[in-house]
Amino acid sequence: MPVRHEIWRFSAACLGVLALAAQLSAQQAPPAPAAPPPRFVVVLDAAHGGGDSGGRLANGQLEKALTLALSVRLRSLLGARGIQVVTTRESDAAVDPARRAEIANHTQAQACLSLHASESGSGVHLYASSLAPVRPARFAPWRTAQAAWVTRSLALEGTLNSALLQAGMNVTLGRTSLPSLDSMTCPTVAVEIAPELGPDKKVASALDDPAYQARVATALAAALLEWRSEAHP
Amino acid sequence: MIPRHQKLLFGILLFASLIMGLTLWQLRERAHQRLIAGQDSAPTSAPEVAPAVEATLLVANDSDNSLLAQARSLPLPADPGARARAVLGKLLDLYAAPDATHPVPGGGPSVLQVFLLPAPQSGAVKSTEAPSDDQQQTGPQLAVVNLTGSFAANHPSGIQTETLTVLSICGTLHANLPRVTEVRFLVDGKPRATLAGHADLTGTYLAAEAVPTEGAHP
Repeated sequence: MPVRHEIWRFSAACLGVLALAAQLSAQQAPPAPAAPPPRFVVVLDAAHGGGDSGGRLANGQLEKALTLALSVRLRSLLGARGIQVVTTRESDAAVDPARRAEIANHTQAQACLSLHASESGSGVHLYASSLAPVRPARFAPWRTAQAAWVTRSLALEGTLNSALLQAGMNVTLGRTSLPSLDSMTCPTVAVEIAPELGPDKKVASALDDPAYQARVATALAAALLEWRSEAHP
Repeated sequence: MIPRHQKLLFGILLFASLIMGLTLWQLRERAHQRLIAGQDSAPTSAPEVAPAVEATLLVANDSDNSLLAQARSLPLPADPGARARAVLGKLLDLYAAPDATHPVPGGGPSVLQVFLLPAPQSGAVKSTEAPSDDQQQTGPQLAVVNLTGSFAANHPSGIQTETLTVLSICGTLHANLPRVTEVRFLVDGKPRATLAGHADLTGTYLAAEAVPTEGAHP
């Protein structure tokens, strides 16, 4: 009998220790992590660079320099508004069109803007890919990967158009086929800035006018904020 | 007294002079005959001019990013390839004019050739058989437009201007040769990545998609 009693006492002690350990571990366990905030990343692709100087603009300015300046300005505006920005180039470096698409695709961005400049036309030209829309698939051909995103790209183009019109700018919309654009797997729009012409067809705002560049960049930043609110209400 | 060797030399020189005179007279006669023969082969009737037919040109406009169909009466050859080249030449002549709505230097000579080929079959499974004569006569065609390197080098750079050039060429080809459904581009006979840094020239363009509906923009 005393042996059986000892066994009962030992078992009760073990259970007590286990219960205490469980209670302590429950008290020390960290709280469950809160759900991370939705990630919103924008890719800015300053076209051309290095040996590829792009078009020659008025006053001898090169397209590659203007697109880089606009990219830097827009990155600052978006960064100040808490939007994460990834750029395809930060200096006068040559970046292959395929590499630009790789950067955008690895980022899994919610918006990609390919920045261009031209002396032809007037105001801001917005271009989405001319690929026919297809349903998203696990694997997509590299040259036509954008096809699964065309519908979203057209929606982004509409948001950019609204913001630019609200800023009083002349906007033209279109579809085109650009080597890097067609390989991007994100909502992508090519933004081409041209001089703003007045009613008399004379240049009202030149491309090298810092105030004009600032107006375009501010309107684009406002559009991307609107796009973020639509994507993550 | 004249020495004998001098008499002999005189005789030889006289004989040589006669021979040379005779030769010259014969050469003159031959030249005269040739001249007469050339005059005879000169054309006696005016060269035949192809009859003027109605052609449709899709003319680009940079100010509103549009393509506008314009009807023109042009003397066009019967051969489809030559006809395509003539129509595109006229289109590029309009762009090279001083008051062009879509200024691009180069003009008509910028189109070296237009090759018309049976369009490749679409779909995953392609037939290995050559297209029949009937298919070649009536089936869809792929137009390969060979442009000059100077046209591409001097083309203004920009998405809008390059896209409008490409689409207006595709649309003009389809409007005048409805069997042309696809268009590809070469520059100096070789593939080229872009026209002037933007518009992709490596792919195949669907010609019908370039033809705008009423009031629409490309």
